[in-house]
Amino acid sequence: MAQIAFWDRMKMAWRVLISAEFAGEVTEGLELRATARAKKAAPPERVHASGLMLLAAFQREGRLIDFLQQDAGGYSDEEIGAAARVVHGGCRKTLAQFFDLVPAAQTAEGAPMTVPTGFDPERIRLTGNVSGKPPFKGTLKHHGWIVTGVRMPSISETLDPRVITPAEVELP
Amino acid sequence: MARHVIGIDLGTTNCAISWRDLEEGSGDVVSIPQLTAPGTVEERRLLPSFIYLAQEGEFPPGALALPWDKRPAYATGEFARAHGAKVVTRLVASAKSWLSHTNIDRTGALLPWQAPPEVERISPVEASARYLKHLVESWKASLQKDSDAEEIILTVPASFDAAARELTMQAAGQAGLQNVTLLEEPQAALYAWLEKIGDGFRKQVKVGDVILVVDVGGGTTDFSLIAVTEQNGDLQLTRMAVGDHILLGGDNMDLTLAHHLAQGKNLDAWQFTALTYGCREAKELLFADPKLKKAPISIPGRGSALIGATIKAELTRDDLGRILVDGFIPKAGVTELPRTARRTGLTQVGLPYAQDPGITRHLGAFLARQSRIAEGKAFVHPTAILFNGGVFKAAILKQRLVEVINDWLSRDGGSPVRELEGADLDLAVARGAVHYAWVRHGHGIRIRGGTARAYYVGVEPAMPSVPGFDPPIKALCVAPFGMEEGTKADVPPQEFALVVGEPTVFRFFASSVRREDRVGDMIDDAARNEEFEEVAPIETTLSGESGKLVPVNLQAAVTEVGTLELRCLEKEGGGRWKLEMNVRTKDG
Repeated sequence: MAQIAFWDRMKMAWRVLISAEFAGEVTEGLELRATARAKKAAPPERVHASGLMLLAAFQREGRLIDFLQQDAGGYSDEEIGAAARVVHGGCRKTLAQFFDLVPAAQTAEGAPMTVPTGFDPERIRLTGNVSGKPPFKGTLKHHGWIVTGVRMPSISETLDPRVITPAEVELP
Repeated sequence: MARHVIGIDLGTTNCAISWRDLEEGSGDVVSIPQLTAPGTVEERRLLPSFIYLAQEGEFPPGALALPWDKRPAYATGEFARAHGAKVVTRLVASAKSWLSHTNIDRTGALLPWQAPPEVERISPVEASARYLKHLVESWKASLQKDSDAEEIILTVPASFDAAARELTMQAAGQAGLQNVTLLEEPQAALYAWLEKIGDGFRKQVKVGDVILVVDVGGGTTDFSLIAVTEQNGDLQLTRMAVGDHILLGGDNMDLTLAHHLAQGKNLDAWQFTALTYGCREAKELLFADPKLKKAPISIPGRGSALIGATIKAELTRDDLGRILVDGFIPKAGVTELPRTARRTGLTQVGLPYAQDPGITRHLGAFLARQSRIAEGKAFVHPTAILFNGGVFKAAILKQRLVEVINDWLSRDGGSPVRELEGADLDLAVARGAVHYAWVRHGHGIRIRGGTARAYYVGVEPAMPSVPGFDPPIKALCVAPFGMEEGTKADVPPQEFALVVGEPTVFRFFASSVRREDRVGDMIDDAARNEEFEEVAPIETTLSGESGKLVPVNLQAAVTEVGTLELRCLEKEGGGRWKLEMNVRTKDG
C-alpha cells in the first residue's frame, strides 16, 4: 500500500467526507502510485529477462555458458577446438533464428572506402589519423554488424529467468 | 466460395501448414509457435511430430503454456523432441506410421509404445489430432483475428489404405476441423510443381508422359505414377498407380550413419541422439560442398564440462558414398525384389519397418508389379521424375536414382527420364495442398485417378472344414480400381444374408495392381494370391432381433473427402447400415 504523509491524510479525510468525487480521485491516485512503485521495484532479473533468455538460448543450443565457465588452461587446442564446434554450431543457429545481421559497410574489408560528408558516426567509426573534414579516404578494416530483424521468443512471465539451465538428475 | 483454405502436411517426423485467402490471393507457409524450452515459445516453419507427456510436477506451472492453451499437460514440437530424447518413455513419436499399422488397435491408447504403466498413453489418432489442432491454432494466431478455415486439405501418403484414411479423418474430427478433404502427398508435390511452373507446364510435359513421383519423407517412402493424357484437346493428369506403404525414410539414413560412427565409442542414449543430428548436419555439409573430403562432428558430454568431455567423430565422403548412396540407393536390377528377413516365431509387435533399405529395390518392385500398365514392357517406363522430401537436398542421391532408373530403361529399350525441377523439398506438400484447394474451385489442372486400389470383401465358400487347412477365400470386388470421389457402386445382387443383433465381421482385401476387376467379380483364393493384400476387416452390428438373417445388397461409395464407405441395403425393406472398417486388429 502506498504511503501518504500524516498531515496530507488529515486534510484529505476532510475533503473525502465532503466530496465523494474526490474520494474516487484519491483511490485512483493511490492505485497509480502503487503500480509505479511496483514497476520501480521490479527485480533486476525481470528488467533484464530478455538478456537472460538470450544466455539461456545460447546455453541450450550451443552450451555457451558451460564453455565460458570452464577454465580452458589445461587443455590442448584440439580439445578446445572440439568443444568450440559445439558452441559455434549451436550458437550460430540460435543467432540466425533470433536476428538478421548485415554488415554496416558494404565494401570488402581491406578495400579503399570513402567516408562521405554527413556520415553517420554511429555506423562508421574513424581510426588512425583522424583530422580535417569529410569526405575522408581510408581503408575498411572491419565492416561492422547491424541487426535488421529481431525475432525473440516470447517467454513466460511466471518462470524465473535467472535459471539459465536447470540441474539435470537422471533417474535409474 | 470459400475464402480461407489451408493445406496441412501431417508428416511422420515434421508437419507444415500453408494457407491462402482465395479472394485476395494472399497467404503463405504459416510459422508455427511452439515450445523450444519450458516457458519459451518460438516460431518455426516446421512442427516436429513429437508429443512429450509430462509428469505432474515435472515442470513449473504454466511452463508448457502456448498462446492458445494456458495449461496443457503435454508439449508438442521442438521441445518435445529435444527433451524426449532424454526421457524416451514419455515421448510419442511416429504416430503416423502407427496409423497404418494393421496388426494393432489403432484407436487404442498405445503410445508411447514403451511407456511404464503409470504414463497415460494416447492413441495414434489422438496424437495426430493434437498435431492438427496445434497447426490450425498456429494459423489462427498468425491471422491475429478470429477466423475459421472454410476448407482444409489434409495430405496422406498415397500408400495409406482405406482404413488409415478413415483414421486420419477421425483425427481431424477430434481436432474439431471441418470441411476436410484428403489429398495424396505425391499428388500434392506435383500440384506444388504445377503451381510453380504455371503456364510453362505445357512446355515441360507432353501427352504420353508418365511422371514418377518419388517422395522420401522422414519416415516413409511413397511412389506414384501420373500419366499425361489428352481429352478434347486439353492435357489431363491421371494418377495411375501408387506404391506400397514403406516405412523407410531420411531418419533411417541419419540413424545408419550414427550407428556407423558410434562404433567403438561409449555413448549414452542422449549422446547418440546428438550424434544422429550431427550426422544430418555433416551429411548436408558434405552434400553441399563437393570439394570437402570430410566433416567433423562433436558430441558434447552431458555434464557442465565441455572442453575435454566432447567426443569427436568424423564423417568422410567415403562413408557417405558407401553407407548412404550404396546402402539406400543401390545399383540393383529392376526385377531384384526387396529382401525380407526371416522373422522369428515370436516377433515383438512394433512398427513394421521396411527390412530392406534399398529404395531402388522397392521402386523396381513397384514398377514391375504394375505390369498391367507397362504396355508389354518388363516394367512401367517413366518418362519424367519429380523428387520430394528433404532427403533429396542431396543432389547425389537424386543423381544415383536417376542413373539406376536410366540403366533399367536402356536395358528394356526405353529412353532416359528427365527430372522435373521441383519446388521447396520440405514445404512442397503443404503448398501443393493449398494449390489443390484452388484447383477444386475450378482453376488450373486437376489430377484425376480415384481410388488407387480395388477393394474386395472376403467370402468363405460353403465347404466342410478340414483341420489345419485354411479354406480358400473368394474375393468379391466391391469397389473397382480408380473409383472417383463422390461416386458409388452397387454390387450386383448376390446371396448375402447378414446376421442381425450380433457383430458380423468380413475379411477385407485390397489390390493396387488389379485394375480390370469390375464390381461383383468374384476371384478365387485371394488369401494366397500375391496381388491381394489383406487389410483391416470390416465389422458391423446390425440392429434387430438377435440371430435373425436379413438378405442384403452391398454398396460401396467413395466420399467427396476421399474415404471409402461400405453399406448394406436391406433387400426387402428400408434398412441401411454402414459397415465400419475395423481398425482394431487384423484377425479380430
